[in-house]
Amino acid sequence: MTTTTLAALVPLLPFLGSVAGLLLGRRAPGFVRPLAVLPTLTALALAVVAAVRQGGGEPITAATELTPTGLVLPTGPVSVELALNLDGFAALAAVLVALVASCVQIYSTGYLRDDPRYPSYAALVSLFTAAMLLVVYTGDLMVLLVGWEVMGICSYFLVGHYWETPEARAASLKAFLVTKLGDVPFLFGLFALAVDAGSFRIATVLRTVAEGGLDHPTLIALLLLAGVAGKSAQFPLHTWLPDAMAGPTPVSALIHAATMVAAGVYFVARLLPVFTSSAAALVVLAAMAAATMIGSALAALAQDDIKRVLAYSTIGQLGYMTGALAVGERGAATFHLLSHGAFKALLFLAAGVIIHAAGTNSLSAMCRMRGLRDRIPDAYWTMTVALLALAAIPPFSGFFSKESVLAAAEHAATGHADAVPGSAGLIVLVSGLVTALLTAAYATRLWLLAFRGHGTEAPDHGRQPLAMNAVLWVLAVPTVAFGLTVGVLPGWFDGHALTPTVTTSVLATGVALVGGLVTYGAWRHTTALAARVPLGAVAAHPDAEPAVSEAESIATHTAAYGSPGAAHDPADPGRLLLGPLHRHAATGFHLDALYDRLFVRPTRAAARLVHFLDREVVDTYVRGAGALPRLLGTAVRRAQTGNVQTYLSVLLAGSVVLAVAAVLVTAGA
Amino acid sequence: MHLAYPAVLAALLFCTGLYGVLARRNAILVLMSVELMLNAVNLNLVAFDVWLRDALHAGQALTLFTIAVAAAEIGIGMAIVLLVYRNRGSSDIDGLRDTAEQPDDGPEPPDDPSGDSSDAARPAGQKAEATA
Amino acid sequence: MTASASGAVTLTAAAHPGFLSPTGVEIAFVLVGLVTLGAALVTVTTKQLVHAALWLVVALGGLAVEYLLLTAEFIAWVQVLIYVGSVVVLLLFGLMLTRAPIGRSPDADSGNRLPALAVAIAAAAALVWVVVDAFRTTWIDLGTRQGSTDAVGAILFKHWVLPFEALSVLLLAALVGAIVLSRKGGTPESGKDPQASKDPQSGKSPESGKDGASGTTPGERDKEPR
Repeated sequence: MTTTTLAALVPLLPFLGSVAGLLLGRRAPGFVRPLAVLPTLTALALAVVAAVRQGGGEPITAATELTPTGLVLPTGPVSVELALNLDGFAALAAVLVALVASCVQIYSTGYLRDDPRYPSYAALVSLFTAAMLLVVYTGDLMVLLVGWEVMGICSYFLVGHYWETPEARAASLKAFLVTKLGDVPFLFGLFALAVDAGSFRIATVLRTVAEGGLDHPTLIALLLLAGVAGKSAQFPLHTWLPDAMAGPTPVSALIHAATMVAAGVYFVARLLPVFTSSAAALVVLAAMAAATMIGSALAALAQDDIKRVLAYSTIGQLGYMTGALAVGERGAATFHLLSHGAFKALLFLAAGVIIHAAGTNSLSAMCRMRGLRDRIPDAYWTMTVALLALAAIPPFSGFFSKESVLAAAEHAATGHADAVPGSAGLIVLVSGLVTALLTAAYATRLWLLAFRGHGTEAPDHGRQPLAMNAVLWVLAVPTVAFGLTVGVLPGWFDGHALTPTVTTSVLATGVALVGGLVTYGAWRHTTALAARVPLGAVAAHPDAEPAVSEAESIATHTAAYGSPGAAHDPADPGRLLLGPLHRHAATGFHLDALYDRLFVRPTRAAARLVHFLDREVVDTYVRGAGALPRLLGTAVRRAQTGNVQTYLSVLLAGSVVLAVAAVLVTAGA
Repeated sequence: MHLAYPAVLAALLFCTGLYGVLARRNAILVLMSVELMLNAVNLNLVAFDVWLRDALHAGQALTLFTIAVAAAEIGIGMAIVLLVYRNRGSSDIDGLRDTAEQPDDGPEPPDDPSGDSSDAARPAGQKAEATA
Repeated sequence: MTASASGAVTLTAAAHPGFLSPTGVEIAFVLVGLVTLGAALVTVTTKQLVHAALWLVVALGGLAVEYLLLTAEFIAWVQVLIYVGSVVVLLLFGLMLTRAPIGRSPDADSGNRLPALAVAIAAAAALVWVVVDAFRTTWIDLGTRQGSTDAVGAILFKHWVLPFEALSVLLLAALVGAIVLSRKGGTPESGKDPQASKDPQSGKSPESGKDGASGTTPGERDKEPR
């Protein structure tokens, strides 16, 4: 089998599995699990083989024309092509996607083992995986857009999996609308790019850029950035991601940690020359990344829901990636994307285990439980490793990837990178260091609150399914060891060295340690308060599938703690650390309220206006138009006496009149 | 003989029958009036046949047919009237008002709604003339 | 009133040369016509229902005479046979079966009288005007007999035999229809209540014709003493 065929099979297999799962889901329930797991696993194997064969060498391309677009430019007609573009970025990203998707599918067989909607769930996850792999492998912007939108709709369905709860319904709708809000300018950007470059092929576009043939680089880059911000949850459009935690945990791991949000970063990485040809776009990207990083890290420090902490940390780590792109270093961005995908998937899946074991998703409830870590040793150890990676403590993978980002930023800030403004580098560097401090702080807080609780014994929820625990250890391997490949990776990417520099690594690690220690100190200070204020709403279902506990805890969180993200818990070290900022950080800096005031309320008001106009103005005319016929009808109805002789008299009188008239007319009178 | 005599006589007979159909209450009297109208037509047919000296005597043949049809009609009509009488205990035509819209009244209105029917007839008649 | 109108029409039409010297046939025709019309008017106006049927006999008989005057003798005899002989008898039977009152009944005319009068007069005026205007000068030559039994029979069975046969089917259908309609038991339940409620109100002896197959005979027996 040629590498091209292999690569084409990689997105195709999950797609076929998804179709088969949807068709057979009801009729043959026994086939659902194999159909969910096996195509994804095969795709993983094929992706690995394709990556090995590609080996970071010359890109492998193949294309076949799908359909002409009807658009004819001076350079020739533009058509949509089913193009394959397999280079180092694509090969490694596909391996990551397939790995995480396989882990999630295996994990879901345990997590959702009794769910009546499991067949459609598994099929949608497969479809999602196929769409992401299509985005990764394609060499044509239109085909990329297809995968991009399929991911959007799958995300809508999967986030709304617990649609019985109002939170999940609202979250799925919000995720869909916000990402679509970014997709509209994204579509315009793609068209503008195609018009300027004369083709939808990425290779052609990049060649045109290299020749300086792009007429409006800033406009195109900014339009595309809007779509990227929507999908990758960057600053103005990130608000959907924390809410999307109302979906099942494996969905959060797949969509909101490793794949869908990575699509935006991956897209910019593929088209980086388009962005670097506009200095303004890079500065915007850097500012966006900085705001995202710091804001999300502060918000993560204040969240009470363990999954929302992870969601905000995802946003922050994506900020690192966009920061790396803003300084023109896509190798570092992809490196961080890969390592983050592994450890964040691990974090989410472990969080699913914790939520099941604790019966709640609230950290303040967990910190009032004793012995949680002894019940779930697998999750405890793997989560510890993943949190260390998240906090960028050497020698875990997160350290290396984050250092490569910071090194690239430092490189650009000192003016050594050509075509990248120094200001962008400076912004990314400073915000990256601040975020490193905050990241370590919230990672420490999460670990301390979840595993170092005092108080009553944690409730017993039975053993965790083997499928869930095994997956955690599988993902722990790249979390620990992926950083060691730092010497090999540049050969797959652009060739820039990704090894950490001494200055930034000492600085960042020191800052991270400070953050961790300060949090520990604050925790020691506040933990005594925990016994005084009892808190906690715990759902215990030892026999049910794990997802039931999660759905219940999502549904009851607002009722028990007053807000979807935060709890009024004086024992929270984050409250002490953030001080007066805590109130704002807990609500995500009131962005939701702001959007509500800016967009939702005017829209609602306009809808009410239209409703009023329709009811009171348009309907008045309609009713008026009905009134006359009704009056006539009343009059005519009065004539219906039922007396046949009356009818006949009227009929004959009319006939006489007609006859006389006819005679008069013919006589010419 | 002038053709005008039988023609005028037929016209007047027809209108007499017409008045009877419209003004009589008893259904059998209405049937009698219908017979008058038919006979007026017959007279016309015969008179014009004689005047035209039709070789086929179409007018007289048609008169015979009309007489036969009238006999059949009177048979069927009488059967209907008897049925109505048997079901309702009356053969008054203006009592048969089941097709009228009756929002609040009982199923059968009282015997003689003379004021009502003439009231109803007048606007209806005006309307018919207006549309004509 | 209508009669005087017809007289006026006859007089005005006499201005034409033909009308100044009426032939004997014409005089007879006009006289019989006046009788016929008068009988017809009485038929539609009288308050006594049985009298109306009897006056109808006069009118139909007068028409038979008019047919004779128009030399259509076969039609005249058919008229006497069918109309005077059977139709009127049928109508009289109908009157009896529906127990029409014998004396003057004040409500013989419906409330629709005035509109009916207006429509009838308007129609009469229009028709007479048109007919007189059209046939003022037309003359019927009555020299040859045109409606003898011989001629009409030959024509009927030579040229009109197919419609004639079709007519027999029609009569058969009417016969069957009349039987079906007047059969008892078609609407057994709905038939009882109004009659039962009507009987005490009209003050007559209770109708026994509701039950059994001998539906018509008790009704007739009821009538006969009067």
